[in-house]
Amino acid sequence: MKDKEVKGSVSTEKVFEGIKVLDLGTGIANPLSLRYLADYGATVVCVESIERPSLLRTNQPYKDFQPGINRSGYYAILFPNIYSITLNLELAEDQEIARELAVWADIVGDSHRPGVAEKWGLDYNKLKTLNPDIIMIRSSNQGLTGPRARYRGYGNQLNGLTGFVNLCGLPDQEPVCFMVAYTDYFVPCFAVAALAGALEYRRRTGKGQLLDISQLEVGLQFLSTWLLNYSVNGIEQKAAGNRCDYAAPHGVYPCAGDDRWCAISVFTEEEWKAFCIAIGNPTWADQPEFQTLLARKKNEDELDRLIGEWSCQKDAYVVMHILQNAGVAAGVVQNARDLNEDPQLKARETLWVGEHAEMGKVSHLSQPAHLSKTPARLYRSAPLLGEHNHYVLSALLGRQTPG
Amino acid sequence: MLNPYWFMMIHNDGELMSKNESDTMLGLCRVLDLTDEKGSLCSKILADLGADVIKIEKPGGDNSRTIGPFYKNKADSSQSLFWFAYNLNKRSITLDIEKKDGQDIFLKLVLKSDFVIESFSPGYLDNLGLGYASLSTINPRLIMTSITPFGQTGPYRNYKASDIVLMAMGGLMYITGNPDGPPLRVSIPQAFFLASSHAVSATMVAHYYRQVTGIGQQVDVSAQQSVLAELSNAIPLWELNQTILKRTGSYMAGRWKGIKQRLLWPCKDGYVIFYIMGGIAGARTNRNIYKWMEEEGMAPDYFHNFAWEDLDMTQQSEGMQQLMEEPIAKFFLTHTKEDLYVKGQARDITIAPVDSPQDLLSDPQLIARRFWTDIKHDELGTTIHYPGPFIKASETPCVMNRRAPLIGEHNLEIYENELGLSRQMIGSLKEAGVI
Repeated sequence: MKDKEVKGSVSTEKVFEGIKVLDLGTGIANPLSLRYLADYGATVVCVESIERPSLLRTNQPYKDFQPGINRSGYYAILFPNIYSITLNLELAEDQEIARELAVWADIVGDSHRPGVAEKWGLDYNKLKTLNPDIIMIRSSNQGLTGPRARYRGYGNQLNGLTGFVNLCGLPDQEPVCFMVAYTDYFVPCFAVAALAGALEYRRRTGKGQLLDISQLEVGLQFLSTWLLNYSVNGIEQKAAGNRCDYAAPHGVYPCAGDDRWCAISVFTEEEWKAFCIAIGNPTWADQPEFQTLLARKKNEDELDRLIGEWSCQKDAYVVMHILQNAGVAAGVVQNARDLNEDPQLKARETLWVGEHAEMGKVSHLSQPAHLSKTPARLYRSAPLLGEHNHYVLSALLGRQTPG
Repeated sequence: MLNPYWFMMIHNDGELMSKNESDTMLGLCRVLDLTDEKGSLCSKILADLGADVIKIEKPGGDNSRTIGPFYKNKADSSQSLFWFAYNLNKRSITLDIEKKDGQDIFLKLVLKSDFVIESFSPGYLDNLGLGYASLSTINPRLIMTSITPFGQTGPYRNYKASDIVLMAMGGLMYITGNPDGPPLRVSIPQAFFLASSHAVSATMVAHYYRQVTGIGQQVDVSAQQSVLAELSNAIPLWELNQTILKRTGSYMAGRWKGIKQRLLWPCKDGYVIFYIMGGIAGARTNRNIYKWMEEEGMAPDYFHNFAWEDLDMTQQSEGMQQLMEEPIAKFFLTHTKEDLYVKGQARDITIAPVDSPQDLLSDPQLIARRFWTDIKHDELGTTIHYPGPFIKASETPCVMNRRAPLIGEHNLEIYENELGLSRQMIGSLKEAGVI
């Protein structure tokens, strides 16, 4: 138990000072969970292999367009603060090193298909005999048990399996698939909550445990009303474009320039009045077709067309500021360049700038949540593949290693 | 426990689940939940982890009770399915924290609480004298989590926002939709679920620190940043290659230069998710799908002895990609999604269906894992089938046994039994509109 005063509003105290984590690797979600622990000061060692590096290392974009295992900005933005070692877990001697690391560790994470860690002798039952209070998190698509536990899939498959794809698209048209592996980026939050809770439970009771997290089951937490509406009412809610049953206008409106849009939403009559004043009290807004929410919903196509006529003359940011100044919720549909210049995101230090050993200056995604006394921090840029082999084996495990 | 899977057997069993409060992660903690729909998932997850979550509603009830859909499709604030789903396991009291007497009661509760979760506009609680600065002086161990559209700081902190505005400002809409159509959001609001996810993780990180050091703190979550965290490689594509990732419908773009890969494929009765990948990982799926197609006479000869291991997506041309995808598209149209999924997985092919709610409710995997959790609603004379807990934790099972509360259902329990207010006093507070 530490017992010290924190002075001032910001301290450099690390929440997970002294907490050691071994990541057996693969995919995005689980390594990302463990990296979040590293943002709060945990020592996180991620296992990759020359044969199977993190799959993001072989994805665009590359620095200067030159492919290279240490040149992917996709890997770099997501994985600062961790250590990388290369082990081929198919080999008995490397499995032994991994077990030594599991004895060193407080937390072991694994996201290979259920059965793989068992084959390697790196499953919970085995590790518990070596390290009785170990906390192990097994993150998989569909959980550790059950008839489909070993089904293969990436985050993109989960967009379908969870059903999110059904809720994206224009009415009565083919659905639109997310380009991103949606669950991969929020499942880590749930994993971190459980890991912090498990660490606290271990502190209180001395017991470790096995955490079995299924991306499918976490994903469905975001779709409860969709599922209940079907199970209780027999209604299957479909994709409705950008519309909302209890708001109008509600959508994205074209603005001046190529592919520029501003999102606008008006929920209350008060907001509607403010909206009309902000766009210059056009005569159409006074007509009975647009006086009430019900009327606006009924004439929504026409409403959207008229607002589009107003917005398409203006810069998207001008539209946003005019409406925000009037107290109406509006926001530019921002692309990557816009995000890079967004003053709000800058003020919140959304991106940390790291100094990468091969790429030089490179951005890392920070945490959307700010802790007032123990903030997440950038400790080091993303690692080269196997950058910390020597450090991990000699300094952390005390093994004799060449060089 | 000898068998690490013992919890599979009992996690839906209320008796065993609530064996002891200290056997859950947060069983000894109390949460004051001041959130509306922006934060109710965050406090719901804390409740699943065993915390005693007290929802504080304004007299008359929280606004999020009016969010649809509704039980039996009847727009009635006592029957909101949104409220049911995201307030499971919580208790409810009514309290007007804008009134002086309400504030005094709130401060008494804060003394006995570990967490306050709120989603008011920045500054609102400070103006009432109930901001973190005030609360932390009376309870330095307190963790106070604020969930807002843009966070507590920065030039847009007072901007108004809704789900669609945040999905736009966070960058996810720009890359979602057809190339010739508008950017799209998800038809069930997502931005505050994403924010609540980041809130629950940061709150638990702060909790661990508090348990170790005794020091509480403030957690400030931005929904805009939570949406941005979903953007995959869009930010580095701009920074490193000055390329703006654009929406490409049901194709994945920006992973490999020049080509786009089909993700969503129509089949006989719906859609499946599948894509061609290179290297060793892709070779297994590619070889097996073509073998299956060959067996059914639907594979072009060209791919008969194709060296799939050598397929390098960084070198793949758009023409070759089409040559590979076209026969697969035809093949999928001759099978159902369940067929492609189950038989495909048996052949070691990475593929999944696009599930409907009905598919999910009958999914053998979710049933085998006892994911669905039945909760009784005595007032409705029914039992509702809920999505279950988000994790299976071998030593600290999640708790899910109490339906969402009625308005002020636990007023007496808390005001009389815990705070020791007399019935007469409670009556006067009610009269005065404080509770």
